[in-house]
Amino acid sequence: MSTTHTASGLVDTAARASLWLQPHRIVLIAVALGLVASAAIFMRWDWIPAYYDLALRGIWRTIWILIVTGILGFALAVPLGLVQVTGPRWLAWPANAFCTVIRGTPLLLQLWLLYYGLGSLFPQFPWVRDSFLWPYLRQAWPYAVLALTLSVGGYVGEVMRGAFAGVPRGQLEAARAYGMRRRTVFRRIWLPQAIYSVLPTLTGEVVLLLKATPLVATITVVDIYAVASRVRQDTFIVYEPLLLLALIYLCITGIIVFAFRKLEARIPARLG
Amino acid sequence: MALEPPGWGGNLLRGLTNSVIIAVGAFGFGLAIGTGGAYGKLYGGPITRDLLEVYTTIVRAVPELVLILLLYFAGTDLINRVLEAFGYARIDVNGLVAGIWVLAFVQGAYSTEVIRGAILAIPQGQIEAARAYGMSPGLLLRRITLPAMLPFAIPGLANLWLIATKDTALLAIVGFSELTQETRTAAGQTKAYFTFFMAAGVLYLLLTLFSNVIIAQVERWARRGMPRIAGGGQ
Repeated sequence: MSTTHTASGLVDTAARASLWLQPHRIVLIAVALGLVASAAIFMRWDWIPAYYDLALRGIWRTIWILIVTGILGFALAVPLGLVQVTGPRWLAWPANAFCTVIRGTPLLLQLWLLYYGLGSLFPQFPWVRDSFLWPYLRQAWPYAVLALTLSVGGYVGEVMRGAFAGVPRGQLEAARAYGMRRRTVFRRIWLPQAIYSVLPTLTGEVVLLLKATPLVATITVVDIYAVASRVRQDTFIVYEPLLLLALIYLCITGIIVFAFRKLEARIPARLG
Repeated sequence: MALEPPGWGGNLLRGLTNSVIIAVGAFGFGLAIGTGGAYGKLYGGPITRDLLEVYTTIVRAVPELVLILLLYFAGTDLINRVLEAFGYARIDVNGLVAGIWVLAFVQGAYSTEVIRGAILAIPQGQIEAARAYGMSPGLLLRRITLPAMLPFAIPGLANLWLIATKDTALLAIVGFSELTQETRTAAGQTKAYFTFFMAAGVLYLLLTLFSNVIIAQVERWARRGMPRIAGGGQ
């Protein structure tokens, strides 16, 4: 048993593809299709047309939040990681403390601290009420974006710290020897190599971010999760919206993983 | 913030206790599921392996929040239907027990992967040697596989423990009175949102930092007698 298993673990990808469709898999797929079909027939899906538009807008908002906070968070993570590797101590220490605090407390608590905590503090200051930002500060989504951005910054900052530290010294010294300025070294050598080496980890972080987005529904941002909750409250149908929701998240995760795999395949050389 | 009833400190600490109990329970049961799952994935038949693959993939791709709602409703509903089918009265499922099982189900998927990786990291010769000695599978698991994989698994499991403590906050969504929910109640009653959420944040942070100290000691214990490798033990 174990010898056949190790053997099957060693075969190359092409052979594995042909091995994939074994008889028991066909049976399992048939069972799965049967389950899906019976779910489609016996469960209630008549609510879908009524909520179709809302659901599409919810999906769009989930993806929008994912992309915006992903990019902003990564922009925050790069300096956070960098100062922890090369920065002076008065910069490295706060960055380290920030990462520890973000990683040490639940995101839900951070979100509620920002939304309820800051949201209840702001109206006390007249200059905040008078500022041009006030119309935005009264809405929920800036807090959602801020909380998720800080969270991504904290988690990915820690990843980037390891990535920056992991780039071989010789590469940087060679770049300096070519006469590149420090900024050029960072842009052309250090950052790309650091990102290449942690791309698989970043895939995981993006999936984690996707799985964190439904939390924003708790502060009244209407993402796809909030839509499913509303269906449940309006129609008292419990399982169907949640199952559909799980399927939607599965699909988005699949797309993320696929996209990052394409990106990984474009890396010119495998780094050790 | 005082501990006595006019203040809400006591409620916060009770919430923290509940959070820790759930985290410990979920992590413990998750480990049990993970060990079984890892064994199934490595040594099980083809159907077991595929089913476990489906389990870990789905649980790791769907947000915890959705899983918690789904399992919370489905789990309590299922138990009550079974009880009714056997002619018993419906029961109110204890929030603590439900919370532990739901989180354990989620944790199980992650620890399956961690433990599977750790078992694969054991030098194959050790397991073959144990087989050659004629050890039964149970003895092999207890004497060789589990102790030998521990140093490889501990960093991943430590991460899972920290995730477990933070995932307990999600049970606030289903209204279970753990730390985050207690904090929200307290903050809503006193209108001092900022103070209370900061206080809860400090409590969570202390829990994490305290865990880190313990984890460092456990790791040193698990790696005893092993050669020092720079950056080893992934």
